[in-house]
Formats: sequence, structure tokens, C-alpha cells
Amino acid sequence: MPRVLLIEDDEAVREGLSLALTYQGHTVDAVRTGEEGLELLMSVAPDVVVLDLMLPGVDGFEVCRRIRASGDLPIIMLTARNDDIDVVAGLEAGADDYVAKPAQARVLEARIRAVLRRSSVPAPEVVTERHGSLTIDREGLVVTRLGQPVSLAPTELRLLLELSSSPGRVMSRQQLLESVWDQGYLGDSRLVDACVQRLRSKIEDDPAAPRYVQTVRGFGYRFGPL
Amino acid sequence: MTLRLRLLLAFALVSVVTAVAVAGAGYVRARDAIVQRAQDNAVIETTNRVEQLYPLPARPADTAALERIAGRVSGREGQALASANGLSAGGMDPSVITQELRALVSTGRVGWQRVPYAGGVWLVVGMQLRVSEGGSSGIEVFVLRPFTSEIEVVDELARNAWLIGGAGLLLALGMAFLAARGVLRPVRDLRMAAFRLGQGDLAARVPVRGRDELAAVATTFNSTAASLEHHVGELRRMEADARRFVADVSHELRTPLAAMTAVTDVLDAETAALPGVAGQAARLVNRETQNLARLVNDLIEVTRFDSGTAALALDDVDVAEVVARTLRMRGFDVTASLPEGVRARLDPRRLDVIVANLVGNALRHGTPPVTVSLSVADSSLVIEVADAGPGLPADVLPHVFARFYKADSARGRSEGSGLGLAIAWENARLHGGTLVAANRPGGGALFTLRLPLGGER
Repeated sequence: MPRVLLIEDDEAVREGLSLALTYQGHTVDAVRTGEEGLELLMSVAPDVVVLDLMLPGVDGFEVCRRIRASGDLPIIMLTARNDDIDVVAGLEAGADDYVAKPAQARVLEARIRAVLRRSSVPAPEVVTERHGSLTIDREGLVVTRLGQPVSLAPTELRLLLELSSSPGRVMSRQQLLESVWDQGYLGDSRLVDACVQRLRSKIEDDPAAPRYVQTVRGFGYRFGPL
Repeated sequence: MTLRLRLLLAFALVSVVTAVAVAGAGYVRARDAIVQRAQDNAVIETTNRVEQLYPLPARPADTAALERIAGRVSGREGQALASANGLSAGGMDPSVITQELRALVSTGRVGWQRVPYAGGVWLVVGMQLRVSEGGSSGIEVFVLRPFTSEIEVVDELARNAWLIGGAGLLLALGMAFLAARGVLRPVRDLRMAAFRLGQGDLAARVPVRGRDELAAVATTFNSTAASLEHHVGELRRMEADARRFVADVSHELRTPLAAMTAVTDVLDAETAALPGVAGQAARLVNRETQNLARLVNDLIEVTRFDSGTAALALDDVDVAEVVARTLRMRGFDVTASLPEGVRARLDPRRLDVIVANLVGNALRHGTPPVTVSLSVADSSLVIEVADAGPGLPADVLPHVFARFYKADSARGRSEGSGLGLAIAWENARLHGGTLVAANRPGGGALFTLRLPLGGER
């Protein structure tokens, strides 16, 4: 079962979530501050980070940015319920998904499963595709741009694979939320928009005038046509 | 009629009456005097000329004598006519002599009359010539002389009277305008201030000028506005305090609830096996924890609407798809009419909240079948949720969207948080749309949601 790093400053919430996730079979390392969490990251190598945004000292956004800078570990943030500013800022800092507090353990569990499925996506197609100056190796899960490997977070990679699997086809945000974020319910379209922004900044020559991930006003997103 | 117009009219009327009285009377008197004097002069002059003819020869006049007489009395500018015994002589046109004048002269008196002639006004003077004993000589003399210059003087007088009257009227109107402005400016200030006060600008005040009645009104207005501002400020402060308190309480409740909610799944799984009372108690705690979490979530949502921090996460969606998903996910048993292809830019999760609350409410409090229908009207999407029950009582209808409003006071806690419809209404408003409740003519409550197709307005 996956190993979860839980960073949460409130003792009761930390204990409750630890209990519930452990009960589900996860191995949980629970810490109180961002500093402890970043330190523990080096030694325990978790599969996923569950991160409260409101932390004493180094706050959740900064922790998020540092984790993202050093690797592609999936991050789920815990936010105050629907706190829009926090959600947007957290997604911009690189979080893959979020869960609003108070949340039942099974909701968090579902999100954890979804991001892990995302980061260990099986690759049925064998070919390495070439789109303009971009190559996508669906088996090795490697993306290169102008011959240089591009470092993509798990959600970004998954989104790129999903969009590029049928170039030229428009996909709505809700469709993408279902296929990439595994959200059966109506999802938060800001997850898609934030992820698209991050993806564009990494693969587009000019993120302000994207060629690969294009916005189709009134509908959603489309890969190409180049 | 405005006060300004009334003042202007009153001033104008007064000035016209005065001008007519003064200028008119002056004109009439002057005119009469001028005309009278001119006529008198003409008559005297003619009489003098006639007197120079005396003594007259006693024999009956012949044409030559009449011609001579006419020549003598005509003067420089005039023309004369002398007649006797059916003979007449002279350069004057006899047709200008009226019957009236002729009759007067035949009685032996001196007569005169102004007549229009040759494009001007002329004076005809007529008299009989007498023999020395005082008897009539039978000769009548008429003299026609121009009277135009006198008429011109009179016309000049009339023109002057009109001019002076007009100038006076203009002056009076100007004065009236100034006076009206002086009186009306404070009135206008008051009106503007009252309007601003009505628009919610409680700091609206009027300047107090002088010590007259209008100044007293302005002072009263100012003190009233000041006390209104004070009271409203007090009320707003209290309301803001109350709302902040609710927000603080909700946020404080959230953290312990987050810990409790996290473990409800563990408890659920474990208490299923717990026997008897302990299991029942644990399940009760679990269920109520979830209810409490829902209530606190709704409270936090409401405080976010109140503080203006609620924001839309807009997405381009097929509305039918969103509504169908809401109905399917929640297992609502309704009759739905959802035409495809209605695309809108909105926050699908907020639309989900609205539809879920409306349908949930209809299923809980209404009578099945509950119908949900989607249509488009005036670039808005329209979603109607109706049931087949007796509808909403008239005293409930205005309050259905009020927070924690209970239609039936005997019923204790409702199944929902008591905030569902209030949140649905706020969500509609956040989209720039509307949500209204009504009763259908055929029975049953009808909730109508309208949202702009193009996102918030």
C-alpha cells in the first residue's frame, strides 16, 4: 500500500486522518510543520503528500513549491472549505488536487488513489509520438522538447497524454476532470485550467500563444492541430 | 406647475398690468390732447380764413364766386370746396365729406371729421358762411387738410409705450427669475440631498444659509439625516458583528469537526459489528457528526456570500449534462426534460448545488411526481422544478429563501441544514441570475431558476 506523508498542524485532525488512512492500509508519516515534512521527505520517500495549507512557519504554498521544484511527487492539499483564493494559489504552486475540510476519510482516500493511478499510468501504446518539436514516449513516460527531456508533474503528464491521444479533438473540462483527475462528480474546472497553465509553461515555445494545448472558447481544450 | 413657473407668471402678470395701466393711460391722454389741439388749431385757422371773406356780397353766389371763396380758404396744404344752391366749386374731392358731417354743417354749426384719404389721415372742416346780420348766406365751405403728421406723433407715442412696456416686462421677468432662484436654490439643494439620502448616501447634508424658514427646514433635515446615519451605522455595525460572530464560530467548529469527520468511516466500519446499545450510540454519534459537518459547511458557505468572498469557477458546459449528472449522482427520482445542446458559461458545481437543493426540497416537502425542465429564454437558461402537491401556503411564499425558515413551526429540525434554499438563491444571484418561488395555477410549487448563458453579467 502507498506511503503517505501527512503535514497538518492541528493535532486532532492529524491524528484523525492518520487513524483513518492507517485503517485503510496506508503507511502514514504525520508531521506538524512544513520544515519537518521537507526533512522527512529525504528519508522516507513517500508516494504522496497530503498537505495542509495553513501551517506555522513555512506555509503550505511554499512547501508545495519546494516539493515541486525537486521532483514529481503527487501533492494533495487540504483547504478550508471552498476557499477560492487558497485553492487557486495552491494549484498555481503545483498541487495536483485538493480536498476541502472537513472531509471524510473515504474522500481523501479516493483522491489519493486517483493521483497515484495518474503517476503510475500504464502505457498500452508502444510508439513514441512526435508532434512538432515535442516527442511523447508513452511507454517510458518521457516527454522531450527539442531533444531535451521535460520534467512534468504526474497530473501534467497525464493531462498531456490524455489530450495528445486524440489530436484535434476538443475535450471539455469536465471530461478531463473525469479522465485525468478521476472525478466522477462535477469537478472544479480550476484544476484543469491551473494544470494547463503549468503544462504550457513547460512545453510551449510561447505559453501566451500556445500551439500544443489550445483553448477552444466555449468548449474546452484541444491538442493541436499543429 | 413648478414653483419657478408660477413665480415667473405672477411677476409677468403684475408687470403687464402695471405697464398697461401706466403706459396705456398716458398714451390715451397724450393722444387725445394732441389730436384735440391739432383739430382745434385747424378749425380756428379755417374759421379765421373764412372770416376774412366777410362781408359777403348779398347777391346769390355763382360758380365764380364759389371758386374764389374756395381758393381763399384752402390755404397752403389744403383743398377746399364751396357749395351753394346746388352749385359747388373748388379743388376738393366731394366724396370725402360724409353725410353725417354735411348734416351737421347744414344746421349752421362748425363740424370736423378725420377721414382716410390718399393713403393718409386728413381732417375735413366744414361751416356755413353767414351774412352780417347773422343769417345764413346759403354757402357751405369744406376744407380738407392733411392730418398725417399729428397721427405720426401719436403712433410714435404708441410705439414708445409698447417699447417701455416690453422693457418693463423683460426687466420684471429677469427680476422674477433672480428671485425664484434665490428662493428655489435652497429648495433644490434640499431635494437633491433628500434624493441622495434615499439612494443610501446617509452623509448627505444641505448648507444652511441665513435665518429664514427655508434655513430652518434645512437645519431640521440635517439633524434628521445625522440621526438616521447614526442609527443605520449602529445597525450595520451590529449586523456585521453578528455575521462575523457566525463566521468565527463556523471556522472554530471546523477544525474539531475535521478530526471527527475523518474518523467517521472507521467508526462506521467498526460499529457495524458492535452489539446493542454501544453500537447504536456510536452510529448516532456518527450520523450526527455528519449532519453537523453539513450544517457547518453550509454556514461557512453563507458567511462567504455575506462577506463577498464567494467566487465563480466558470466553465463552458452542456447544461443538460450537468443537471442530468446531478440527478443521477444523487439518485433523485424525477421526471426530467433536458434538451441537449444548451451550452452556458457557469460554475457547474454551484449549478449542481442549486439543482440539488431545489429537487431535494421538492422531494422532501412536495408531492411526486417532481419535474425538472430546461429551456432557453432571452439569452438565459431557465430551469424549472415543480411538484404536484398543494403548493406553498401564501404566508410561506415570501420567506422560502430565508435562512433557517421553517414553514411548519411544529416540526423541529429539518432534514437539511435549513440553509439549502438560501444558498441556492445566493448561488443564482452570484451568477447574475434569479431564483423565484411561486405556485402553479394547476397546483404545486414551482421554482424557476434563470441564469445568463454568458457567465456573470
